[in-house]
Amino acid sequence: MFKRLFSLEWKSFFRSASLGKSIGLKILMGFLGLYFTAAFLMFGIGLYPLIIEYFPGEEPLYLVNRFVLAWLVLELAYRFLLQNLPIMDIKPLMLLPINKRKVVNFVLLKSLYSFFNFLPLLIIIPFGIYNIYKQTFSTATILAWMVAMIGLTLSVNFANFIIKKNFTDNIKALIPVVASIAVIAGLDYFKIFESSVWFGKGLNLILEFPFLALIPILIVIVFYKWNQKDLESKFYLDATLKDEVKDANTNEFLWTRRFGELAPYLQLDLKMIWRNKRPKTTVYISILFLAYGLIFYGNDAYQDMPAFFIFVGIFITGIFMINFGQFIPAWDAGYYPLIMAQNIPLKKYLTAKAGLITFSVVVLAILSTPYLYYGWKIFLINMICAVYNIGVNIPILLYAGSFNRKKIDLDKSPFMNYQGMGATQWIVGLPLMLMPLLIFWIINKFISFESALSVLFVLGLVGLILRNRAINFIAQRYNRQKYAMIEGFKQSGE
Amino acid sequence: MITATNLTKVYNGTKVLNIEHLDIPTGQSLGLVGNNGAGKTTFFSMLLDLIQPTTGNIFNHEITVSQNEEWKEFTSSFIDESFLIGYLTPEEYFYFIGDLRKQNKADVDTLLSTFEDFFHGEILGKRKYLRDLSKGNQKKVGIVAALIGSPKVIILDEPFANLDPTTQIRLKKIIKDLTAQKETTILISSHDLIHITEVCERIVVLDKGDLVKDLMTSTATLDELETYFSKDLTLKEQA
Repeated sequence: MFKRLFSLEWKSFFRSASLGKSIGLKILMGFLGLYFTAAFLMFGIGLYPLIIEYFPGEEPLYLVNRFVLAWLVLELAYRFLLQNLPIMDIKPLMLLPINKRKVVNFVLLKSLYSFFNFLPLLIIIPFGIYNIYKQTFSTATILAWMVAMIGLTLSVNFANFIIKKNFTDNIKALIPVVASIAVIAGLDYFKIFESSVWFGKGLNLILEFPFLALIPILIVIVFYKWNQKDLESKFYLDATLKDEVKDANTNEFLWTRRFGELAPYLQLDLKMIWRNKRPKTTVYISILFLAYGLIFYGNDAYQDMPAFFIFVGIFITGIFMINFGQFIPAWDAGYYPLIMAQNIPLKKYLTAKAGLITFSVVVLAILSTPYLYYGWKIFLINMICAVYNIGVNIPILLYAGSFNRKKIDLDKSPFMNYQGMGATQWIVGLPLMLMPLLIFWIINKFISFESALSVLFVLGLVGLILRNRAINFIAQRYNRQKYAMIEGFKQSGE
Repeated sequence: MITATNLTKVYNGTKVLNIEHLDIPTGQSLGLVGNNGAGKTTFFSMLLDLIQPTTGNIFNHEITVSQNEEWKEFTSSFIDESFLIGYLTPEEYFYFIGDLRKQNKADVDTLLSTFEDFFHGEILGKRKYLRDLSKGNQKKVGIVAALIGSPKVIILDEPFANLDPTTQIRLKKIIKDLTAQKETTILISSHDLIHITEVCERIVVLDKGDLVKDLMTSTATLDELETYFSKDLTLKEQA
């Protein structure tokens, strides 16, 4: 039976509609995977000699044990953000004569094959082997330690699912958890109560009494059983498998009325953004990225490279423009046939999108004014970048949108989410960021800072004046691509 | 008046639609019948310019649909759930469509009040997003939205599917009322021969893309259709 479930899994991967299309993305992910594998492996191999070199006199194993708790917390954090238990996949299996327990076990055991469980092994095993080679402890002791460490990692694996199930719906409930972790970390840092040291001492005990390695194994089993019970009890359509129906938010955004004909489109876009997870998170990310400048403005290394500040300026004032604009019109993919068949002139549709993005650039530019603290030059650069974004980059993004063929699921989180990504998104980044940088760099180098900024400013203004024409032209292009876009947005896929 | 001439659609060398000529006079209610893969939805999609015909053209009130967008002002449709916007409440969706069809809130409210029966208290004022409604209720919203702004042409793909019996009967009445004035052209497809012969004055049968029957509805039509669709079965029985 397990074999059959695995063959289903295999088919779902290789027969997915997106397999061929996103091969470039797969390669990129592959490289990322290789990179992390290599990095962890190097760290695992180098750990023992590094400790010998930098902490002479310390027993490496004891030192490592002291950091295990911190590592586990970190691991839990990134697993919480990135790893999911694919419970939705069991829905079609519910009707078939397969034991509930078997399906549940399958889902849980499958989670063991996750990349996240593979990474810690790359540290534990080489480090363990190094210790065996050094023979400070007996081979059996080290093996017990390795088993205990793997047990702890897997406990985190299963604990994460429990935490996720109970907290993802209610992010606010996480605040006390995060707060208590912060308190424990604080007590540790100020050496009031060093929980990591106590945890380390606990692990050291394993070296004395190897049979204690059974405890982490027991913890894994407890968490596994807990997950099993939890999943089995929720093996009904109306429990976890069905999304919770929330009371509708009925903010009408009536203030958009003043935009006349464009009002319905703006309202629709604003509702789309506020009521769906992915676009909403995009907004939060944009606000976070306002702080991006802090990294560069105060840093002496960049002071002689004003061209770099252009890049920062384009980024800060245009982060929402980039994140949102690159997926126009894929945000509306779910109802693109409606947009095409209803009485919606494409020009108005695009003008409304351009208006929304312009608004975001203006807001971000205003929010970035405190950077005046770093001097008027920075301030001026940011303002002019905003104008350039509005005038030149918005039409470029709208134009690039006509190459979009991939649907976006509004309800998925944008973290590590490459849905809707295609070659377009990569290629459009170049003119968006590099062109203003290049223009500025050349003129700044050969004429002056002021004239370089003026040129960007004028380009932005010209773009703004010609926007109507540009949108007419872009609308024609959308019209020509219409059938391919409708067809593409119909495909569901990663 | 809707005219299709020399209309074909070919996918990977297979002809999925082939209509030499079809005229639909203004005010007519036309029922499109055919087994799965007959080309009903393909025809509707071409009429809405969502699919490009391989050859031929469709004219909607003298406008070539693939070249000019003006037909959108007087044509409305509900094909499938991709015509709904999942994150809106039914009211918001109706008002949005109303905005597009130049109807203000009061106009839309007036229209909606005539559908209270049809909604059966399950649609309005529920504070639910469309994506959280059942398939049947979503369909009700889609159908009513297609009636906003008194369009001249209404296209409904399988409006009876997924509806409960009471709603099916109410929908039949709505369609009959609409066609009574002979001003609105209605195109409907259905797998339910009884319903469609009841509400449509003309029935067109498609089979693997070909137009095989074109009947003005009479008392004999239902029998004729039933005989036609069971012919394979009868042949087998005889053999």
